[in-house]
Amino acid sequence: MVTAAIWPALDYSRVPYRLYHDAELHAREQERIFGGPVWSFLGLEAEIPEPGDFRASYVGELPIIFNRDESGAVKAFVNRCAHRGALVRRELSGNAAHHLCLYHQWCYGLDGRLMAIPFRRGIRGKGGLDASFDMGAHGLRRLRVGNVNGALFGTLAEDAEPLEDYLGPPILAQLRRLFDRPVKVLGYNRQRIRGNWKLYAENTRDNYHASLLHEFLVTFGLDRSTQVGGVKMDVRHRHNITWAEAESDTDEFAHQAYAGAGVRNDFLSLKEPALVTFHPEHADKLNIVITSVFPSAVFVQISNSLAVRQIRPRGVDEVEIFQTMLGYADDAPEMTLHRLRQANLVGPAGLVSMEDGEAIELAHRASKPDQDRTTVIELGGAGIISDRDYRVTDVPLRGFWSYYAELLGIEPAGAVR
Amino acid sequence: MTTIDSAAVYDLFAEYGALIDMAQYDEWLDLFAKECRYQIVPRENFDRGLPAALVFCDSRAVLEDRIRALREANKYNIHTDRHVIGLPRILGDDLTAEAPFAVYQTDQEGETRLFATGLYRDRLMPVGSRLRIRDKLILLDTFAVPTLLATPL
Repeated sequence: MVTAAIWPALDYSRVPYRLYHDAELHAREQERIFGGPVWSFLGLEAEIPEPGDFRASYVGELPIIFNRDESGAVKAFVNRCAHRGALVRRELSGNAAHHLCLYHQWCYGLDGRLMAIPFRRGIRGKGGLDASFDMGAHGLRRLRVGNVNGALFGTLAEDAEPLEDYLGPPILAQLRRLFDRPVKVLGYNRQRIRGNWKLYAENTRDNYHASLLHEFLVTFGLDRSTQVGGVKMDVRHRHNITWAEAESDTDEFAHQAYAGAGVRNDFLSLKEPALVTFHPEHADKLNIVITSVFPSAVFVQISNSLAVRQIRPRGVDEVEIFQTMLGYADDAPEMTLHRLRQANLVGPAGLVSMEDGEAIELAHRASKPDQDRTTVIELGGAGIISDRDYRVTDVPLRGFWSYYAELLGIEPAGAVR
Repeated sequence: MTTIDSAAVYDLFAEYGALIDMAQYDEWLDLFAKECRYQIVPRENFDRGLPAALVFCDSRAVLEDRIRALREANKYNIHTDRHVIGLPRILGDDLTAEAPFAVYQTDQEGETRLFATGLYRDRLMPVGSRLRIRDKLILLDTFAVPTLLATPL
């Protein structure tokens, strides 16, 4: 069993490969992280505008549904019948007055309460349930729901801190910036990667890899490490914002920096420049904002492409990245077209994202046979975990592991936080 | 009204799959008209009337940019593609044709997996003695994309 003794370094600059492959640990994650005091992103209010609208989602590997009830309130519950543990709602989305289990037609209201059981009193007084059966105690398991400007979060823990405290001021400010107007869903995409979910959680906090793995960024002039940018975390360092400002470096400086590092530095141009054209939408210069919320949500602005990603573990060896592409409800038709074009940048076929699928599979594959060895995480230095105003860094990965260790009960004495 | 020549449609679909499988992307681009569209749309979106695509080329320029990026910048799983394209179904006489497809990927160690299945819906036009694609919609049944999507479907 994995214990606090597994960590070779108290600053999480070394992560044993075992943490990506251990089946017992995977089960513990479901219980203590996803079932623990975290807030998981569920979906968007914009997806369920009318009473009775519902959508299926996940908290970790646990299937859940969220819906709008008759009063207009958003409710969320585990999508599992109290009777035999079957999935109740089979469709991914729709509108309904209640949720009916296929197996024995147990019927639940939009508030998750058990409303009706067929043959509850049997037939002709024989069979059925005992009169003492407590309907009130057999509803769908409820989640607490939190809401930041229409972005819905849920938690299974009664004692979870309030959502706003969990996120902390910098993350909350970024979410309020992204959701400063009502959004509309442009569509979804999904990517199944044969790797552990934490490799993806790390990837979104790793500013160092961006312009090296995703060569399109530099080659076609969308983003480079020479721009003004950095990483900013909450006080517990469990979440992270990777940010950069548009047009904050020069071609000459970028050429020198990349050539000096022995990295390709020829810059090409596109036949359709709109693929990388940035139209500022807020009172700032930010053209890259990747906000990772522990454990499994990523809010993404890459130029004018807006999205939310949900990291959905599928056993210890596979993860699905479920991405919701967004626009604003009041976007002009030209802006919608621009966002649909820039959707080429992200997702499983994304010009600046497809490589993550390959990189994660490579890391998962080669680390599996030798689990006592470790990764190296010390770009931007080892030791203290703190915000950085530069981009060649992977410090936020250590913040992720610090909170991960705390929740799993494997935080070593004297470790950094 | 142009009458569609079914043999020409069959030839075009056969050529289409073969050129991708041989990684002859310039010749593949030549199968498209000068003004063309190419989209890969997850069935999940299409069925809900949502516009977002995985690959959205609303002009030949974007399609050419994507092929250039594939060669110049993008990195992906080392593999070969094999297109298995079903018999085209010609819809009416307005030069629209549909065909089901499956694409298998094989890695360097010879392991093959089903990568994608779906439906091509092509609007064609005659250019000289040949048919060319002016609008290709790829409805992707396998919208939980395995690993990543780099080479064209």
